[in-house]
Amino acid sequence: MLRSFGTIVNRKGCSTIAASQQSKKLAVSLSGTTSGKQIQRGLATATESPNSNGQAPRQYGGLKDQDRIFTNLYGRHDFGLKGAMKRGDWYKTKEIILKGEDWIINEMKASGLRGRGGAGFPSGLKWSFMGKSSPGRPRYLVVNADEGEPGTCKDREILRNDPHKLVEGCLVAGRAMLANAAYIYVRGEFCQETSRLQQAIDEAYKAGLIGKNACGSGFDFDVYVHRGAGAYICGEETALIESLEGKQGKPRLKPPFPADTGLFGCPTTVANVETVAVAPTILRRGGNWFAQFGAPRNSGTKLFCISGHVNKPCTVEEEMSIPLRELIERHCGGVRGGWDNLLAIIPGGSSVPVLPKHLCDTAVMDFDSLRDLQSGLGTAAVIVMDKSTDIVSAIARLSAFYRHESCGQCTPCREGSRWLDLMMARFESGNAHKDEIDQIIEVTKQIEGHTICALGDAAAWPVQGLVRHFRPEIEKRLAQA
Amino acid sequence: MLASIRSAMGAIPRIARINIPQRLISTSMVSKSDKLFVHRNTEDNKPGIKFEFNADSMKKANEIIKRYPPQYKKAAMIPLLHLAQKQHGWVPIYVMDYVAKLLEVPPMRVYEVATFYTMFNREPVGKYFLQVCTTTPCELCGASGIVKAIEDHLKIKMGETTEDKLFTLVEVECAGACVNAPVMAINEDYYEDLTPETTIKLLEDLKAGKEIKAGPQSGRFTCEPAGGLTSLNTEPTGPGFMVRSDL
Repeated sequence: MLRSFGTIVNRKGCSTIAASQQSKKLAVSLSGTTSGKQIQRGLATATESPNSNGQAPRQYGGLKDQDRIFTNLYGRHDFGLKGAMKRGDWYKTKEIILKGEDWIINEMKASGLRGRGGAGFPSGLKWSFMGKSSPGRPRYLVVNADEGEPGTCKDREILRNDPHKLVEGCLVAGRAMLANAAYIYVRGEFCQETSRLQQAIDEAYKAGLIGKNACGSGFDFDVYVHRGAGAYICGEETALIESLEGKQGKPRLKPPFPADTGLFGCPTTVANVETVAVAPTILRRGGNWFAQFGAPRNSGTKLFCISGHVNKPCTVEEEMSIPLRELIERHCGGVRGGWDNLLAIIPGGSSVPVLPKHLCDTAVMDFDSLRDLQSGLGTAAVIVMDKSTDIVSAIARLSAFYRHESCGQCTPCREGSRWLDLMMARFESGNAHKDEIDQIIEVTKQIEGHTICALGDAAAWPVQGLVRHFRPEIEKRLAQA
Repeated sequence: MLASIRSAMGAIPRIARINIPQRLISTSMVSKSDKLFVHRNTEDNKPGIKFEFNADSMKKANEIIKRYPPQYKKAAMIPLLHLAQKQHGWVPIYVMDYVAKLLEVPPMRVYEVATFYTMFNREPVGKYFLQVCTTTPCELCGASGIVKAIEDHLKIKMGETTEDKLFTLVEVECAGACVNAPVMAINEDYYEDLTPETTIKLLEDLKAGKEIKAGPQSGRFTCEPAGGLTSLNTEPTGPGFMVRSDL
């Protein structure tokens, strides 16, 4: 029974069971893994580049301070303009702007940066979607700072400690898209963060870095802050646009895509805070500099937020493709009670399926390899659970979260998220029949892929992950009750 | 007369029950939200009560409206509702009506928005609005202990206000400060790395009118690992460091 659920895969990869079985047959074992275990590799995953001298493949992780982009992540230095300039922000921004949109987009493509908001779409490509002309219509860049995914708290640190990186990023990204203005949509709860960002914008206007003739380059660009009001769904790009227009945050059907008809009916690109904030540094140091970090097609550095049962939870910038275990042991003082006390880890924020310990041992933190483990990198928010955790209860709480945050527009998600919540509550108390485990999977299958936005999928995946890996745990509980 | 109508009306369902077969399709229960969506006029919450922005709010409101294209004034709705809530403490129906007038939209457009977003309080809240995050990462770090400590200390349940109108306790979904779990927001500030003891101390200080310090209560500065940095130990590099030569 477990086996048949084991073939559920992320929709972004192979979507049918047949395809995934085929990919299993064709899966290649990677050489040089320390544990000697074979790692399954999907068809879409890049191979390790062959080593001419026969050395073991490169180990990722252990980023040096000089290669860290967010040098004021911990707020030890001045977040204002003076401090930011001292740390190298706003350096040669005019020259970057004068290089033109094609140069910027090519550099971004060369850097291999993939969107940091969860889906991991190549940023250079996305920035080119708006095309070059839209006669008579303004063009907008919208920055998604509506950070609300449980486990994720990286954008908050950027907003409050390195706001100038974001403002500068808006300018160069805006130049690449030939946009007229940027709106930064910050979640309503982040009051202090919003006020710091506003201070940074005011300083930048005063210094002539943005606004009319930004940085003296002849390019006009405005940056505005917009506060949300506590709705997780507004993190979805079209819901965010609706909310920005002063309506309920209910996602729009696509097409038309925002790149054609977005904010106020004009071409719009929505990008995550981290994606935009890393852009100036990438452009200053060159796309190739950024591309050298991490495994092929997963390049760069990334902010990881490690929460839950670790000795020292923290947010840290590390190289992509760092092994999960190394990330936790190097920066967080290890799992509470040692690695053997680990039960499971959610590697990318609440929306991705949970990984049990035996998969965590060898898991590598990047988009492709986590997808091959039927999970995902998401926003790189690592939620660690040790053996004291009631895993059913932990996932049940996530189901309650999705029920609360469903916008109510599509029936499968509105009703389904409630069913999941009720059923998970029954599993939690043990007051359910064994057959309901199959039933809940069926419910998740009917939500997944049948809604306008990905919230339905996000509600379904944690439950699927739980049943896939912890079915005996649930059965044991049902038998005891 | 009335009595006869009533008895006639009462008779109808009895007949109907015999003639119409019982509904065989099972229906699900009415899905009730955790918030009240129906407005009922009360003494302090009904249309027609006077409300206006004061000079300071008006100035800010005009600045906010200027950020959006003139034909999309409506986009300023959420920021203006925040402003109104800050001035008034909560958002009753007459405040929504005022915002609608200011933005030249039908009042219903504002009602829709004010009921959709959880941050707008459509009922009065205490002076200190305690919002405890209980989503999984905070829960793993003991958020339910924090909730229990507050409930026991203030002798209120989730969603209630103390009798002296000082504290209102609510549960919120992920506050977005997970590495500093458990987290509680008091009005607009975050109080992080809580334990039941530090939480009660915060409440006592607030009650005594003392200043309290926002941020982590454990001695941590922000989101760094406790007891020594594992990265960013060195002084940040200056302008021009590693910058490509062709810029």
